Amino acid sequence: MDKILVGLKRVVDYNVRVRVKSDGSGVETDGVKMSINPFDEIALEEALRIKERGDANEVIVVSIGNNDAQQQLRTGLAMGADRAILVETANHVDSLTGARVFKALIDRENPDLVILGKQAIDDDNSQTGQMLAALWNRPQATFASNLSIVGQKATVTREVDVGLEIVEVDLPAVITVDLRMNEPRYVKLPDIMKAKKKPLDQVLLGDLNIEEATGIKQVVFEPPSERQKGAMVDDVAGLVAALKDKGLI
Amino acid sequence: MLASDNGQSTMNFALSDEQQMIVDTVRSFVENELYPHEAEVERTGKVSPELGQSIAAKCKEIGFFAANMPEEFGGGGLNHLDFTLLERELGRASMALSVYFGRPSGILVACEGEQRERYLLPAIAGEKFDALAMSEPDAGSDVRGMKCNAREDGSDWVVNGSKHFISHADIADFVIVFVATGEEETSRGPKKKISCFLVDRGTPGFEIRTGYESVSHRGYHNSILNFDNCRLPGTQMLGEPHRGFELANRWLRATRLTVATMSVGRARRVLDLAVPYCVERKQFGQSIGKFQGISFKLADMITEIDAADWLTLSAAWRVDRDLPCNREIASAKLYATEMLARVTDEALQIFGGMGLMSDLPLERFWRDARVERIWDGTSEIQRHIISRELLRPLES
Ligand SMILES: Cc1cc2nc3c(=O)[nH]c(=O)nc-3n(C[C@H](O)[C@H](O)[C@H](O)COP(=O)(O)OP(=O)(O)OC[C@H]3O[C@@H](n4cnc5c(N)ncnc54)[C@H](O)[C@@H]3O)c2cc1C
Repeated sequence: MDKILVGLKRVVDYNVRVRVKSDGSGVETDGVKMSINPFDEIALEEALRIKERGDANEVIVVSIGNNDAQQQLRTGLAMGADRAILVETANHVDSLTGARVFKALIDRENPDLVILGKQAIDDDNSQTGQMLAALWNRPQATFASNLSIVGQKATVTREVDVGLEIVEVDLPAVITVDLRMNEPRYVKLPDIMKAKKKPLDQVLLGDLNIEEATGIKQVVFEPPSERQKGAMVDDVAGLVAALKDKGLI
Repeated sequence: MLASDNGQSTMNFALSDEQQMIVDTVRSFVENELYPHEAEVERTGKVSPELGQSIAAKCKEIGFFAANMPEEFGGGGLNHLDFTLLERELGRASMALSVYFGRPSGILVACEGEQRERYLLPAIAGEKFDALAMSEPDAGSDVRGMKCNAREDGSDWVVNGSKHFISHADIADFVIVFVATGEEETSRGPKKKISCFLVDRGTPGFEIRTGYESVSHRGYHNSILNFDNCRLPGTQMLGEPHRGFELANRWLRATRLTVATMSVGRARRVLDLAVPYCVERKQFGQSIGKFQGISFKLADMITEIDAADWLTLSAAWRVDRDLPCNREIASAKLYATEMLARVTDEALQIFGGMGLMSDLPLERFWRDARVERIWDGTSEIQRHIISRELLRPLES
C-alpha cells in the first residue's frame, strides 16, 4: 500500500494527576506535562512497523489543535513518520469534528489505511474512528490488539468483552488500536535531529471547508466527588451483612 | 549540535522540541529499563554482566551511547547543555545501572594516531569501557601530590605506585591513569609534572584489585590499582609528556557538571515520593502535609532543587560558549550536592521511621547522597575554587 494516516492527539500526560481549573472552564494545562495520547503512540508504532516490513511507503501523522501540538508531531517524526500535518484550531474539537477533519484530509491524501487510538485519555469518548469510518463509508476494526496485512485485506484481532474476535476488513479502512498491540519504540538520538528537517504542514481548520460540530457544548467542569473510604470485611457472610446493613440488598 | 541555540541574545528558559525529546526519551528509558532492576542491585550489591551488557546494547540501539562524544567519531555530538539535561534524567536511577548508559570520558578525544582505533573509537562504539584514575591513598584533594610515577626508559615508561577509589575499574577494559613524571621549580616551590597514560587491563605489572565497600551507590564499585614496574610503550601516553594536568583541567570539568546534574535529577525523584506521602500519611486526624512543620520542608526542597537545576544548566551553557566557567561549575557542584543531602535528609524525615527501612528507597537515596559532596572535588575544594576566583584579582 502507499500511505498510512495516523492521528496524534496532544493530551495531559498519563502520569499527571488531572486538576479542574478553579473557574470550572476546563482542565488545568498550564505548566502541565503534555504528551502524545498513549493509544496514538501505539497506532504510530504499528504504522511504522508496517512500513518497515515493506508494506507501506509513507506514514503521515496528523494532529488537530493549537500550535503547541507541533511538539507531539515532531516526536512522531522523530519516531519515524515521514511527514506531519497540523490542523490548527483554538476551539475544543469533539469527536465528530475530529472525524470530519480526518475525512477532509483523506480526500486530499487518499491513504490506504487510517490508524487511530481507540480513544484519547482526555475526553475518553472512543468515537472518532467509528464516526470517520461512517463518513468515509469504509470498513472499521476497532480495539485492535493485532494487525496483519495481506494485499488489500487487513486481518485484525479485536479485544472485546467476551474475549478476542478476529475480523477481516477490505482496505482502505479505519483501525483503532488497544493498549496491547505493541510497545512503542524509544526515539533514537540521530532521529531527533532529523525530525527538525522533515516537513510539517500547517492548515487552518477553517480552511478545510468542514462544518464544526455543535451538538456538544462544554458547560462546566467539576472534579468527581471524593470516594468514600472503603471498609474491609472478613468473608462473604460479612459482605452480605454489610450490604444489608446499608440497605443495598 | 546546539539544539538550545536560537541565535538570539534574549534569555530563553524553555526547552527546544529536541531537548524535550531527549529528556522524555531518557526519562522513559530510566523508568522502563533501569528502575525495575534497582531493588535487586540493592539486595545483591552487584549487576550481572549480562544485565549490564543488555542495558548498554539498548542504549546503543537508540543512538544514545556516547551521546557526549563528537559526531565525527561516531558519538551523539550533544553539547554540554543538552548532555547535562540528559544526565539529569539519568541521575534519577541507580548509578550501578546508569553507568552502562555509556558516556566515555571526554578526555579520550585527545587520542592521537593509532590511539584513536585502539581506545577512542571502541569506547564510543561501546566495545571498550574506560575508567579514570587520579586519586591515591596519600593524594586526594591534593592530587598533584601524587606518588605514583613513571620513569622514562628508552622509548618506554616504567610505572610504579598505586591508585585507589577508582570507580567502575572493575568493569573497565582500560584505565586513563595520571602519574608523576618529574618535578619542576616554580616561584611557589617545587611542583610535580604529571603525564597521562592509557593502560590496558592485563598489562604485565598492572593489577586491578577489589576496592572498599562504600555506603553510597551499592553495586557501583571502586577499585585499587597497583603498578609494579609496569612497562608502557611511549605510544600509550595520552597528550603531551608532563602536560597531563592541562589535559585534565580541560576535560574533567564536565565530570563536575555530571555530579551536579545527577544530584538534581535524584532530588526530583525523591521529591516526587515525598509530596504524595505528605497527602496520604495521616496523623492527628489529618494529612501530615497540613502541618506547617512538614509543608515548609516541601517548600524549601523544591526551591533548592530549582535553584540547583538552573545553576547547573547555566554553567553548562557557559561551557558551550567558551565563557569563563570554573567558578560557575564549582558553584553548581557545591550547591547541587549539598542540596541533595538536605533534600534526601528531609524526605527521610517526612517518611518517619519507615524512611529508614530498606523496604522504601528513601534510606538508599540518603546514603547515596553522601558521596556526592566528596568525589570529583570535595565541597571544601569547590569553596576554595570559588573564593579564590573572587579574591585573586584583588590580591597582588
Ligand atoms: C566512591 C568513590 C569513588 C571515587 N572514584 C574516583 C575515580 O574514579 N577516580 C579518581 O581519581 N578518584 C576517585 N575518587 C576519589 C575522590 O575524588 C577523592 O575522594 C576526593 O578528591 C577527596 O580526596 P580524599 O578522599 O583523599 O580526601 P582528602 O583530600 O584527604 O580530604 C580530607 C578532608 O580534608 C578536606 N581538605 C583537603 N584539602 C583541603 C583544603 N585545601 N582546604 C579545605 N579543606 C581541605 C577535604 O575537603 C576533606 O573534608 C572516588 C572517591 C570515592 C569516595
